[in-house]
Amino acid sequence: MQPQAPETPVARTAGPGLPAPRVPPPDDAALVDRLRSGDERAFAEVVATWSPMMLRVARSHLSTDASCEEVVQETWLAVVRGLAGFEGRSSLRTWVFRILTNLAKTRGVREARTVPMSSWGPDSDEPRTVDPDRFRGKGDAYPGHWTPLGSPARWEPGPEQSAVAAETRRLLADALHGLPERQRTVVTLRDVHGLDSDEVCGLLAVTAANQRVLLHRGRAKLRTVLEHYYRSLEEAQP
Amino acid sequence: MTDAPAPGTTISCQEVVELVTAYLEGQLDDTTRVELEAHLDLCPGCVDYLDQMRTTISELGRVPVESLSEQAQDELLAAFRTFHGTG
Repeated sequence: MQPQAPETPVARTAGPGLPAPRVPPPDDAALVDRLRSGDERAFAEVVATWSPMMLRVARSHLSTDASCEEVVQETWLAVVRGLAGFEGRSSLRTWVFRILTNLAKTRGVREARTVPMSSWGPDSDEPRTVDPDRFRGKGDAYPGHWTPLGSPARWEPGPEQSAVAAETRRLLADALHGLPERQRTVVTLRDVHGLDSDEVCGLLAVTAANQRVLLHRGRAKLRTVLEHYYRSLEEAQP
Repeated sequence: MTDAPAPGTTISCQEVVELVTAYLEGQLDDTTRVELEAHLDLCPGCVDYLDQMRTTISELGRVPVESLSEQAQDELLAAFRTFHGTG
């Protein structure tokens, strides 16, 4: 969803219960011009489109939904006041997120809940992402290969069926909530909002390698949740 | 004749599942990628695993997200109007 495309209705209706607008790299110059000239619709759209991502990033610094919401609001007010001084050395979105991160960190210190940079490293003690019992053992002719029972089975009916799709999304939303905070943030920005790897690394000040580990572990857990669901569907077949 | 192992047989399924994200990100070196793809040609289980990971990712793009409340968005719009002298 392009924030500067006024005819699309998604932006004004973004809110709880709707999918995240996909977020392509914005055409900065045009957008900045519109915002500077006081174009309300452009502002409303960019607020609706970016705020969900901003709330998620704020969550890595702050412990309550209320604090995150306030810090995102403060950020937008700072953007309104500061836009005249925006020099375009970074993308507008990067600039907005930098303001957000600074405000969230300051507030996080005050609330005594900051997430130190070092904690963006992978958790070294996490086990493999798939239950080792599903693979053949060392003594087998094919060690490390799927056992007959452990091998994944096709998901049928897939999420193209509407009841399955609704349940799939409900399960994913719940499972995202249950992920460790850093995995949740990376998976949400990458897969729910569709940001690319470079932008997420920049936003979170995390290395590409660490981001990939967090993404991998988060996605693997979510896949496992869906696998349980599809297996239960299969078992329920007559 | 050569004793070189057949393509796709030097990598195990247990290794494949830990490489899928790097593979989907295009971050595998060429040798590993070629071997992983040869493995997929031989292994329906890993093909299904990769499909499931892709399904998980695409369905995540349809998961509902939280945004600012309507009230907060309206307040911001009012502040924007005031700042620009249009409110």
